[in-house]
Amino acid sequence: MKRVNAIVVGAGAAGGIVAKQLATAGLSVVLMERGKWFSSADCRKDDLRNQRTTVLGNAFGPEQQGNPRVWVDPRGESHIALPNEGSYQNNAACVGGGTLSYGAQAWRYMPQDFRMRSTYGAPPGSSLEDWPISYDELEPFYEQAEYEIGVSGDYSGTPFHGPRKRELPMPPLPANREFGILEPAARRLGLHPYHIPMARNSMPYNGRGPCMRCRWCVGFACEVDAKNGSQNTVIPIALNTGNCELRTECFVKEILTDDRGRARGVSYFDASGRLQEQPADFVVVSACAIESARLLLNSKSRLFPNGLGNRYDQVGRHLQGHHYTGAVGFFDFETYDDVGPGASIAISDYNHGTPGLCGGGMLANEFIRLPIHMVDRLPEHTPRWGLGHKQAMRRWHKQSIVIMGPTQQIPTAAGRVTVDPSVKDKWGLPVARFEGNCHPHTYDIGAMQAKRAEAWLKEAGAFSTSLMAYKSEMVSAGQHQAGTCRMGNDPHGSVVNKHCQIHDVDNLFVIDGSVHVTNGGFNPVLTIMAVAYYASNSLLSNWKGTGLRS
Amino acid sequence: MDSSDKPGPPTRRQFVAASVLGGAALAVGCKPGAQGNWDFFNEEQARTLTVLCDQIIPADDFPSASQAGVLTYIDRQLVRFYQPHRDAYRDGLQAALEQSRKRFGQDPAALSPSQQLDWVTGLESSDREFFEMVRQHTFEGYYGSPRHGGNQDAVSWKMLGLSEPPNLGRSQYDLTKGGRS
Repeated sequence: MKRVNAIVVGAGAAGGIVAKQLATAGLSVVLMERGKWFSSADCRKDDLRNQRTTVLGNAFGPEQQGNPRVWVDPRGESHIALPNEGSYQNNAACVGGGTLSYGAQAWRYMPQDFRMRSTYGAPPGSSLEDWPISYDELEPFYEQAEYEIGVSGDYSGTPFHGPRKRELPMPPLPANREFGILEPAARRLGLHPYHIPMARNSMPYNGRGPCMRCRWCVGFACEVDAKNGSQNTVIPIALNTGNCELRTECFVKEILTDDRGRARGVSYFDASGRLQEQPADFVVVSACAIESARLLLNSKSRLFPNGLGNRYDQVGRHLQGHHYTGAVGFFDFETYDDVGPGASIAISDYNHGTPGLCGGGMLANEFIRLPIHMVDRLPEHTPRWGLGHKQAMRRWHKQSIVIMGPTQQIPTAAGRVTVDPSVKDKWGLPVARFEGNCHPHTYDIGAMQAKRAEAWLKEAGAFSTSLMAYKSEMVSAGQHQAGTCRMGNDPHGSVVNKHCQIHDVDNLFVIDGSVHVTNGGFNPVLTIMAVAYYASNSLLSNWKGTGLRS
Repeated sequence: MDSSDKPGPPTRRQFVAASVLGGAALAVGCKPGAQGNWDFFNEEQARTLTVLCDQIIPADDFPSASQAGVLTYIDRQLVRFYQPHRDAYRDGLQAALEQSRKRFGQDPAALSPSQQLDWVTGLESSDREFFEMVRQHTFEGYYGSPRHGGNQDAVSWKMLGLSEPPNLGRSQYDLTKGGRS
């Protein structure tokens, strides 16, 4: 196969951006994606089979058969996790990755989120650490992501965000009913509510129209293509350069190295299942935290017997996502208008600065609700079935509000991805295996966040509430998975350097959520995108036309 | 958010009222399985499951589970995505049927409404795993998308007061304003 400059493994949030940045700079790129390219016509409005409610399977991959994972419970017992189960920690497997079907919250992390250890000190047993780059270094790339991908919102309501050079390119969507109820309540509590920034068109932008505010939003491909992901922004641009070839349904088996220990390409199973080799000058792994770690660990050779980047047993460690907690409030008036995306109002007052807590998280009202979501979200003491349950559904579906948020997890070295010694996927490759948990302090923070959500709901007039706070038996990573190939200056404690380059293989990069040292108290996608722009920029400044400056 | 509290006494009375209503509806208007065109179930299994599902979601002024097509939903999925649950349904329904015969000397469909409620309440504790599976699938069929054979005519969505057909292609709010409410 013809040698190219770059292979990018994974056409998600980060991979799409890297491919576009490299291709527009004139490099030849092969963008590999294990899944298919769906379009807005694949929305299908199926409440039981989408990317968020998966009782009948994942709409956007991976498929149920042939793609197991393994998780280890706190007693040390292993369990098979299937792709539609929560323990699988799925994101997606398709062009656009999670950004095809996400809710599209597009947050910047706060400056403190990049120096968690300096700010709070590391709790004993945790692996809390600072990023080797700062908010200020990433700021221009946050802006680039906001403008190229397209973000709507309005930060003017809050002082709790990092400095910005430019306003967002689009105003927020008009407020929905929950916004109208929750905003004055938050102000009465002395909080600073504002519109959630979203990678979603509120007006015509980038040649596509605005959100039509339907119920089939988070978890679905947008029917009118108003949600902005890599599949409808950067990837088409990359392909239009003529320099980038997208290969869908191609599963990368291994990163190949030469006898000097440099990457020389990848081997992969093509759409018809044939094993192929693609040579390249360098390789970028953007397969999302779990699969990126797995690919490195499965790329073993004489020089790298424990996998690539894994000389000091760091690959797969510090797995993170978010610990979601919150509360449901029940009202004696109608609160819910069934207008998408639903999630509209947030506060970041509680992300940092609570004495005794290492961080916190954003709190926001929940996305649009599908009726099936309500069946186990009714007031305490509601009968679990029978007429009482049916009547409670009728009473509360439109008279309840959920506030919840992503508590920043305190990572541990033991919360990790490895490859399973016996379970294989349909290609015969060892599958991802999850062990350990985040630091227990995470659950203290989460419990506090749930109480704060409850207080907000009560101030808004809820006459009864129930808390949504639980302690998970494993790291809750899922769509927000991050941290498995930590960025750092010390090769003994990280996998990549501050330019996302593997410490001991200078033409191999990991550019995706894997490199996040900590994962903020916000949905991570805009940071993944900003890091992708930032790392592509560093990479291109080292590109000398025929190879990387070493 | 899974409240597993046992229903208290007032609730129990509601259940009985519900099953009376449900039973009446069954007698007059319910015809699931009348065509006998199941992909998976045999007639006896379908009759047993109908009674069980209709206790989980009884009829009131909106249809019961079976009236809204929940059995069609479960039946279809048992030859599709829920193939791994086939044995659980086969064995669970058989055990449930036997329990009814043992306790009441009759098949579930022949029981009085209050006996049906007793029977299902018994199943909830004696065969928790099976009951929870049926409960979950019943809710999926009733509150999920009509495309899968349950929630016929989007009847549960109408019940919840959701606009049906849904508002699409326009905002319910003034788009010219933007920003703060």
